[in-house]
Amino acid sequence: MAESLYFEYPVDGENFASAGQASTRVKRNLRELGLDSETIRRVSIAMYEGEINMVIHARGGVAKIEVTDSQIIIILEDKGPGIANIEQAMQEGFSTAPDDVRSLGFGAGMGLPNMKRYTDYMNIDSVVGEGTTITMKVNY
Amino acid sequence: MTVKDILATGNFTAISLPDEGREINGVYIGDLLSWVMGRAQADNAWITIMSNINIVAVASLADVACIILAEGVTVDETIKTTAEAKDVNIISTSMPAYEAAMELAKMTV
Repeated sequence: MAESLYFEYPVDGENFASAGQASTRVKRNLRELGLDSETIRRVSIAMYEGEINMVIHARGGVAKIEVTDSQIIIILEDKGPGIANIEQAMQEGFSTAPDDVRSLGFGAGMGLPNMKRYTDYMNIDSVVGEGTTITMKVNY
Repeated sequence: MTVKDILATGNFTAISLPDEGREINGVYIGDLLSWVMGRAQADNAWITIMSNINIVAVASLADVACIILAEGVTVDETIKTTAEAKDVNIISTSMPAYEAAMELAKMTV
């Protein structure tokens, strides 16, 4: 494809049970574009982890996806509390998720590390009290 | 080995079976969802005792071949319907995770 495609999805922050809807829609769109299954899997997982974080910590936000001829760029924006110590947040096992979230199987402190693991580029831009923007890129 | 093959052993029960011919390659056991997302491989059979609605999204996005609910864990009707709509196979067994994995290992030898 010569020109980039853009998708934008709201992430509903109220309903934990429906978390993953934006990621599922992205997965479907990438499939329709004929991308290979491993690339779709990497984008799906990275985005779902980001989406879950937005639901747990930030009451939702917006996911913006750009598909170019060689990479997929995922931008997740929220107006949540921000991340005070990004280095600490990136450590496997570190989590500030509440107990009710943990009882659902989340909050293991693997979200951000997984996002880094499955993408070729990841940047966290966060201001405490204002929000967080995460940019991820997956080459294919 | 397909999901249908596992069911044929008689030790597993189908809960949602939209893609019974899905080929299984390897097994992953785990209940922490992000851990599963980070470590499970595509086409794995994922054995868990976690039974909330989020397992369907995890299975779909991580592209595992099926969810195997161990220890006789059950799911409500909403999860069954969501799984069918999202093309996620779910089967259950009364066996603990280790024994279920052993059963699958026997089939691949």
